[in-house]
Amino acid sequence: MSLNRKDVLGLEDMSAEEILLVLDIASRFRAVFDRPVRSVPIMRGRTVVNFFHEPSTRTRISFELAEKRLSADIVNFSVATSSFSKGETLRDTAENLAAMKIDMLVVRHGSSGAADYLSRVLECPVINAGDGCHEHPTQGLLDIMTMHQRLGDLRGKKVTIIGDIAHSRVARSNIWGLNKLGAEVTVCGPPTMVPGNIARMGVTVEYDLKKAVEHADVLNILRIQLERGAGADFPSNREYHRMYGVTEDVVRGLKPEAFIMHPGPMNRNVEIASTVADGPRQVILDQVANGVAVRMALIYLLSGGDPGALASGDAA
Amino acid sequence: MSFTEKAVIMNEEEMMRAIKRMAHEVLEANGGVKDLVILGVQRRGVPLAAMLQEAIKNVEGAEVPMGAIDITFYRDDLSKLGPSPRVATTEMPFDVTDKQVILVDDVLYTGRTVRAALDVIIDWGRPRAIQLAVLVDRGHRELPIRPDYVGKNVPTSQKEVIKVKVTEFDEKAEVVVGEVD
Repeated sequence: MSLNRKDVLGLEDMSAEEILLVLDIASRFRAVFDRPVRSVPIMRGRTVVNFFHEPSTRTRISFELAEKRLSADIVNFSVATSSFSKGETLRDTAENLAAMKIDMLVVRHGSSGAADYLSRVLECPVINAGDGCHEHPTQGLLDIMTMHQRLGDLRGKKVTIIGDIAHSRVARSNIWGLNKLGAEVTVCGPPTMVPGNIARMGVTVEYDLKKAVEHADVLNILRIQLERGAGADFPSNREYHRMYGVTEDVVRGLKPEAFIMHPGPMNRNVEIASTVADGPRQVILDQVANGVAVRMALIYLLSGGDPGALASGDAA
Repeated sequence: MSFTEKAVIMNEEEMMRAIKRMAHEVLEANGGVKDLVILGVQRRGVPLAAMLQEAIKNVEGAEVPMGAIDITFYRDDLSKLGPSPRVATTEMPFDVTDKQVILVDDVLYTGRTVRAALDVIIDWGRPRAIQLAVLVDRGHRELPIRPDYVGKNVPTSQKEVIKVKVTEFDEKAEVVVGEVD
């Protein structure tokens, strides 16, 4: 079993076996974090370019840390400091990158499909670090890893995703991945933020928050993306918090062992009450640690040439 | 690719005898078990390391701490082989700093595995010394690495393959030589 693909653009086309392989390798990398030397030399001499065409702090830092811990050479460029502000097209940028012979591209872009486009132009592996409202596969994988660590086999486990489902690439990657592993996904949010056809992805829709969470093993609370114009979909932050915010009152209605996730950055007292965000149920910082490990696993698995040559059991 | 077995070069009894002798040599060279730790290289070096630990215990009556190291992320041939999905774990249940490390592997060949294993150990701490114990030395070194304790020297051609079988992973314990075609 290996990752038999050039790129990771989303979880939609990944198999359950591939997802479990990434989680397994990621757990090996997590063990490296506890050593005095927190990096391994396997990617020495490889160049990874982080191309962030949209503001990002934690995803970019997480990728950068993952690359550094694999000893890769890193080039970062973000829109503010690149020629995009001079009007260069995505295609021209891609061709320039190709001419510079890079070994891997990590791309975050505001337009859905940007990573897919670059993967077709570039010969090197491309990892999607979030494209528009489409997918955010590394976030999906780290969320699934965090659930898998606590729940084991996810078949039949109940996951409730709460918030702005319509604008959320995190929701979409979670849904694709969780469905493949056999989890039962419920989405919950204001009707203005839940697309009418979302049930076709194989999820249950529930507009009443208390009903949506009562049987859940995990709550994955999405960020209200005020910067994406989400504010137009509900009257006020206070109103949202009253209807769909995960408060102490909501937490009291959960199963005793259910836990709470949030991809960050949090809007405290909008989608999550501050006391819940700091409470005993949340596993948010574990998600952050798993994020670095999952990205290391993907970068490692997408590197290198011929995975079929690994056969001889002879020790070298 | 299939493996054709040509001959058994060590049976289980001969393996045990070689490990017992190596245990005595380790104790003699180090003047006992003080500061000694054993690290097996995944996968087949680990059961061999456990056998060496047991042999030392039978002679000295003391249990030497043992760990396991995985070299997957330290290989120098990523581009040649591609990433290995067969990743094992490194288990370092002690601080190696100032310890006398006995590194154990099944077969010593090019020396590249040992080179990688040395880097893993040094990323965990600074041992006082590292000594190398291998069950079979088959020659053809590509790096300036030599073993301190050898179960058996087996001159081979580069076409040949040495397989060390252990009861943990294989149907029986033995060392065989064969060819891959």
